[in-house]
This record gives sequence, C-alpha cells and structure tokens, in this order.
Amino acid sequence: MKTKIIIAVVFLSFVTGSIIAKDIANLREGAELSEQSKTQVIPKPIVDDKKVTRNYPMQPPIIPHNIRDYQVDLNVNTCLTCHSRQQVGVTQATMVSVTHYMDREGNFLANISPRRYFCTQCHVTQSDTKPPVPNTFIDMNKLIAIKSKKAE
Amino acid sequence: MTLDRRAFMKASAISAAASAAGMTIPVQATNLATDSKLTRLKWDKAPCRFCGTGCSINVATLDNKVVATHGDIKSPVNKGLNCVKGYFLSKIMYGQDRLQTPLMRMKNGQYDKQGEFTPVSWDTAFDTMAEKYKAALKSKGPTSVGMFGSGQWTVMEGYAAVKLMKAGFRSNNIDPNARHCMASAVGGFMRTFGIDEPMGCYDDFEAADAFVLWGSNMAEMHPILWTRITDRRLSSPHVKVAVLSTYTHRSFDLADIPMIFEPQTDLVILNFIANYIIQNDKVNWDFVNKHTNFVKGNTDIGYGLRDDHPKQKRAKNADKAGGFSPIKFDEYAKFVSSYTVEYASEISGVPQKRLLDMAKLYADPKIKVMSLWTMGFNQHTRGVWCNNLIYNIHLLTGKISEPGNSPFSLTGQPSAFGTAREVGTFSHRLPADMVVKNPKHRAIAEDIWRLPEGTVPAKPGYHAVLHNRKLKDGDMNVYWVQCNNNMQAAANINEEGLPGYRNPDNFIVVSDAYPTVTAQAADLVLPSAMWVEKEGAYGNAERRTQSWHQLVSAPGDAKSDLWQLMEFSKRFQIEDVWPKELLDSSPEYKGKSLFDVLFQNGNVNKFGLDEITEQPLNDESKHFGFYVQKGLFEEYATFGRKHGHDLAPYDRYHQERGLRWPVVDGKETKWRFKEGSDPYVKEGTGWEFYGKPDGRALIFALPYEPAAEEPDEEYDMWLSTGRVLEHWHSGSMTQRVPELYQAIPDALVYMHPDDARKRGFRRGDEIKVISRRGEMKSRVETRGRNKPPKGLVFVPWFDASRLINKVTLDATDPISKQTDFKKCAVRLEKA
Repeated sequence: MKTKIIIAVVFLSFVTGSIIAKDIANLREGAELSEQSKTQVIPKPIVDDKKVTRNYPMQPPIIPHNIRDYQVDLNVNTCLTCHSRQQVGVTQATMVSVTHYMDREGNFLANISPRRYFCTQCHVTQSDTKPPVPNTFIDMNKLIAIKSKKAE
Repeated sequence: MTLDRRAFMKASAISAAASAAGMTIPVQATNLATDSKLTRLKWDKAPCRFCGTGCSINVATLDNKVVATHGDIKSPVNKGLNCVKGYFLSKIMYGQDRLQTPLMRMKNGQYDKQGEFTPVSWDTAFDTMAEKYKAALKSKGPTSVGMFGSGQWTVMEGYAAVKLMKAGFRSNNIDPNARHCMASAVGGFMRTFGIDEPMGCYDDFEAADAFVLWGSNMAEMHPILWTRITDRRLSSPHVKVAVLSTYTHRSFDLADIPMIFEPQTDLVILNFIANYIIQNDKVNWDFVNKHTNFVKGNTDIGYGLRDDHPKQKRAKNADKAGGFSPIKFDEYAKFVSSYTVEYASEISGVPQKRLLDMAKLYADPKIKVMSLWTMGFNQHTRGVWCNNLIYNIHLLTGKISEPGNSPFSLTGQPSAFGTAREVGTFSHRLPADMVVKNPKHRAIAEDIWRLPEGTVPAKPGYHAVLHNRKLKDGDMNVYWVQCNNNMQAAANINEEGLPGYRNPDNFIVVSDAYPTVTAQAADLVLPSAMWVEKEGAYGNAERRTQSWHQLVSAPGDAKSDLWQLMEFSKRFQIEDVWPKELLDSSPEYKGKSLFDVLFQNGNVNKFGLDEITEQPLNDESKHFGFYVQKGLFEEYATFGRKHGHDLAPYDRYHQERGLRWPVVDGKETKWRFKEGSDPYVKEGTGWEFYGKPDGRALIFALPYEPAAEEPDEEYDMWLSTGRVLEHWHSGSMTQRVPELYQAIPDALVYMHPDDARKRGFRRGDEIKVISRRGEMKSRVETRGRNKPPKGLVFVPWFDASRLINKVTLDATDPISKQTDFKKCAVRLEKA
C-alpha cells in the first residue's frame, strides 16, 4: 500500500508537473511537517532461510534467519557456532568467506581474523516490510547482457 | 521466470553435457559470459561518502553506472573492509525519486510560498533566487542572507561557498551542519592547543594498550575503526577496553570495563580521573613543567538558549562563556580534590571499582591509552569543557602525540574536517584556523583572493542554531541549504525550524539529491549531483585528505553543488553586492560579475582542461572551461602551506590513498606536536604545542554543572537521540537502499522493560514521546540493540516519518554553539 502511493507520487512529479507540497518527501507518506502518519507495527524479521541474490559479488550476504539474542561479545560468537569452517559440515550453514581469515596485511590466519569478529557490522537481517522508495540499481550482468545483445 | 530446483538442475545438466561432449552451443545458450571485452569492469578509487572514518572504496563502473563497490585493499584506513552502509554505496544514487529538475512552489505560473512544487528550468530557478537575494541585500543588507552547508560538501564546494558568502555577498552567515557535530571538539582544540584537529592518527589503534570510549558508540557509528579496536583487543589479550555511555549499546560487547552513567556526570568522572592521577602521584612532572600551563575557566555560562529564556538570564557568564584566567598547579589540584571516587560514583551511578579500574589505565605510565569520543561529548551543553577535561588527563600524564597515547576526537561526517573545519565554513572562520574577527586574518584572505581590503566583514555571522531563530524572527530572509537535511536534523522543529522556513517573509532554497524533509519545507528545490557524479576531495578524522574523480554522470538536470554555487554567482554584478565605498577604493572591479571576481581571478581558473588527464568526465570543468576543482583546491591550499596546515599538490591526491596533513617535503605527518614526527616542532623541545604562542598546552579547571533540562515529575524521563549503523544521518540515502531500509526500517523508542511495564506498555505498542516542545509517535522496543537503564529512552533520528527533533531541546554549548541532542526531559503516553 505504502509503495503504491509513493510510486504514484514519483510518477506525478515527472509526468504531469506539480507535486502537492506535502507529497514531495516520499519517506513521509504524505504527512504535513506538522503532522505524523500512523506508525507501522514493528515488522517481523524474514526467517525463510533462503539465500538472497547479491547485488554484486562483494556484497556481504543478507542473514535469512532470526538472530535475536545471539551473543557476540568478548566471550562467545554465536554466529560462528554454525558458520565457522569447523562447524559447517555438521550444520550445513554457509561457511564464512575466506577473506574473513585474513589479517590487515592479507596473511591467512588459523582462525577467523579478529577484525571480522562482529558479524553484524556487515551482515544484517531483513524486516518483512516493503521499502517506501524503489531502487533502480542495475545488476552488472544485466548491463553486460544488454551490451552483448547490442554487439551482435 | 521461476524454476523449481529439479527443473533448474535439469536445464543446467543439459547445457553442461553439451559442452562436455564438445558440442558447440550458441553463445546465448551458455549461462556465463566470459569475454573480457564484456566482463571487464572499470575500477576507480573514491572515499566513502558516509562517516568521518574515511574508508577508501573501489568503485566499479560500466556504461556510466556504478555497478559494484568494495573496501579498498590498498587503503591504510580500512584495508579492504567496509561496513554494511559502505558495501551498499553502489545503490545510494539509484533511489527512484532522484531529483532531476529544479522544483519551485508556484501558483498560476508564478512563484508563490503557498504554491505547489512545479518543475522549472535552471534559468527560472536562478532568476527567482537572484531576485530574492538582490531584494534582501538592498533592503536589509548582507546579514539578511544566509547559507547552511555541510561536512559532506567536497573541500572545493565548501571553499567556493565561503568565498561566495564571505567575499561575494559579504555575509558571514554561513555555517555547516558540522556545527551540530564537531563544534565542541573544535572549541576544545582551540582552547587547549590553539590549533584544530587531532595530534594522533589511526596508527594509534595498533599501538595502544587500552581504549576508553567516552560517549561514542563506535561499533555502530565508526564500524571500521571498531574493527581495528576489535582486532587489537582480541589479538593482544593484555589490551583493555573501557566503554562509558548513558545506555548500553553494541560497543559494550567488547568492554572489559562497562560503565553506564547518569547523563551530564561525565564532567565529574573526568575530574575524578585527574584527581586520582594527582592523589596517586602519577603526574608526569617533566612533561607538565615543560609543556603545559594551568588555567581556570569561567563558570555559570548558560545554555545557549534564546536571550529571554529564564535560564539564560540567570547565567552569570553567559556573555563571557569562553573566558579563562591563569592559575598555579596547586590551585588546580585543590579544585579537582573534591572529585573523589566516592563522589564520582555516587553522582554518576558507576561502581567505584570500575571507575578506579579505568583511572588506573590512565595513571599507569606503562599503559598506552587511546581516548575516543564523538557525540556524547560534543553534543553536550558543556561539550567544550568535556573536550578540555579529557585533554587534561592526557597532558597530566604526558600521554599524547605518541603511538598509542592519543586523545582522539572522532568525527561524524566524511569531510567535517576537510571541508567544514579546514576550509572554515563556519560563521566565525576562514581557512586554516583563521577567524573573521582578526584583521590580520581577513587581510591574508583578501590578499589570496585578490580582493580589496575590507571585503570580508569582521563580525562573525549567525551560527547554525541562530539561523533557525533568525529565520523565525524575520531577520534573515533568503537562505540556501546544501548537502544536508537540517529540518530533520536540527533540534526543536516545531518552535524554531518549521516556523523559520515557512515564515512568509523568507525564501528557502534546498539543494539535494533526494526530496528530503528539508525539501518539503523549502520554496525552491535544486537537484544535486552526488558522490562520484562529481570530482571532489574529503578530509577524514586523522587529517587525511582524499580525492576522487567523477566516474558517472548525474541524472537528468541534476548539477553538483559546486556548479550551482559558481553558476549562480554569474547572476550578480559586483555593483549588486558590494557597497559604493568598497568599489570606489578599487574601481578595477567595476562592471565585473561576481563570477569574474571570485572564480575568474587568475587563481581558480589557472589550470586548463588539458590538465584533466585520467578521466573523461568532469562536468563542471567542461562547463566553465577550466579545471575547476584543481584551481579551487590550489588557491585554498595557499592558506595553509607553511602555516602548519600544508597540503600536497592537488594532482598527488589522485595517486594516493590520501595523505595526512601537514604534508611537508612530500611527506605526511602522523603525530603532530612531537619532535621527530612533526616537522614544525623545533629540535630539542621533545614536544611543542605550537598552536599556542609559548608552545604550551592548557590544563583547564572546569567544574560539573547540571544539564539544561532534567527529568522532573511532569516529564520524568531522559531522552537521548543518536544514529544507527545501517543509516547515514537522516536516512535520505540509506532509506532508499532496500537492504538497508529493511535492516532497520523505523526509529523505535528503546527503553527499559521495567519502564515499559510501569506504564502498561508492551513491546510494539504505539506510544508518544512528549516534551515541552512537541511530540512524536513510535513503537516501544524493549529488547533491541540499545538497552537503556531505567529513566532514559533512546530514539534514533534517521526516520523522516518519525521526527524526534520535534521533541528535542535547542540548548547549546555556549562556547561552541553546538546543540545537546543527548539530554532533554520527556514523558511517554500510549498513542
């Protein structure tokens, strides 16, 4: 619902001309600055365990499961109880990338590099909610496909 | 097309079998393009466009689009790492609602403050703007125009804006959003050392034995620096980490000494440590005797509220907030002697043992300590004091300007240092730490700019918080906001910001890449190019200057802020903006445009297009006919060279992953003020704090004073506001990246479960956060990443639909004029 309204507004702005002032800030759901629209309930995390396609190879993968109450601190790293090299045979979880074994100078260590210790600095879960503004980023492989078509 | 797994595998097997059997299959049937002509990406470097860490990014482009980004392995800052925001830089420019044409409020084909946003040409936009500027200048003079800029401006943009405002329109009413972020840190540096910016650098992270975080949640706000602390702490078990905050957050996950203190009592804890050092005979006398002086600062300095506020009227030294007078060590020792561990523990709520454990880290001469702080110190009505007090501790022990011994003020924005501070886009400043008040400094600026004496006005202009007040009062009438979202970011939207922008007497221009909250409050919205859609340079928190080339084109009619500033200057004849006396004294300027005088002055237009060798794109230079960025940078660099702020020749920055100034004889400086490391320190001195005439830094006697507003019976909770890892500031870019939006879609009210229970709230309930100034609705979060103690709620400010700054108080540090976004009183109600 939220998304539909936004698309309509964006559409208006480039096709028919004027935008009603209160509709310009697309993240505000059409509320006057002195007003506030109803707040959505706290969305639940997506926990379907399905891998999500990366936008490009270097993108840190999304976490497709709940991580509530996961302890990652001086004492324990709960994420690694499944995702470390030693554990994935048992858990069938994705092994952390080999880059995570490298120190600042690029040397491979026997264990996960401490600089990669806090997983949530790069890896995040996704809430089950629709982004208010679509993103028009184009995957490089789509661009390449267009290019190779043109080349033919 | 969706295939189930079985069908997918079957299809793949056929194609694999065909190729194994040596059958030639048409190119379209293979699932992998490998021709290097197709798959080769063009990689370039650019600094990250988010926080002040200054990570270097490798940016891949293909067909005029950014298609991938990752951490630059060659950068000493981040060595191949990025945080989640950095990894998604590729998508920040591609929100579907990028502004692509100027939009002006119009009715019946005319500008109308109450009109609807209507697409107009740049000509119409600039014509209308110029008319408003000229009318304001004519009727009320230069102080009726103002500009609000940014620590996200490039160095060149900030520099062009300063010239346009201070020399062109002759108004000092230019201030950056860095006022909300760094002003107290600047105040601290200037008072203690007489020169801005940290003495240490990021190399300290690998050399320190202990880290103390003072009001800084680095795990979320400086994630890559946090990886360096984590690396050091976990790979060297002797290392200790102490974390102080008014609520528990992610940085506590690494804390050996966790400390939650009552808001504002950091002042007490700081003085306690100084007292502990003295009482336990841990003063480094050799250092203190040679390199420091003691002073006592003025007290009872008010809260930067409007002059008619009762709290301002009561304050004895509101008009002399920054004053101080010399004292002897004994007086200082006596002054801090009442800050005992018992008193500090009682008032702060931190157990004595933890306070002592932390004090020992500072006191033990064998432990190298790095202190780090951000908004907890700076957004504080005694923020400059906090900065002075932390330097006291490092100066008393001589733990400064050496690898690992490092009081380190972190920064929020990518170029709060490079642009806001070094260029001096503040209402009182000029480049290279100079100030408009000082006639010698003005003369230097006028000389470099090739302008007549008396061009730059002497009186400091309005600072950020005063901007909104002056707009509301109708004293400032034409206002240009670039590269920030101040309607969402500034405190007290209801009473100051919104009435100021919507005052019928005022004309508000907002340049941005996206339609922000501030754009909604504007009269004219200009579409801006962003990040690698333009060439620029940023300066990070360790004095590292980094440049980048334009890598892709901006969408539609979007133009860089630099283009906008320079092109707009063409609309003014010098006679429109300078008074007759000034022109009579220098008749050679008569008949010239502001563009001629400021940007075609022989310096800025010195370098031709042939000097742009590596990159095909540079929209501004092609438009103006000379290498704009180089010309501006080189003219700007003249201010600092041979004055302790030396920058390298511009071209070199395109080759390096940044260089830390001062860059002398081609070499960067890692530790300032230390002999052997800093070329400005005289031989035989050991240390020299050359920002001060006698080379000595100041140790300040400053007391605890209460916050501007504290919880009472009616408003019974503290409100602290701040940021989150996944969103950059007001979220205008990151909320448009679906992965980041979905990581943390809404600003929630983080609170203690007991506080929720007491009020009958459950997690997820919609509640109102109400202060004396306004209210905001959101949802209760009792088990999120931030865990406040009883009596305090934390609300992030990234959410454009839930504006917490309707609630916050616009009290400021009276010395730095920086707002305290961390403390005000609220009550909570079910919505």
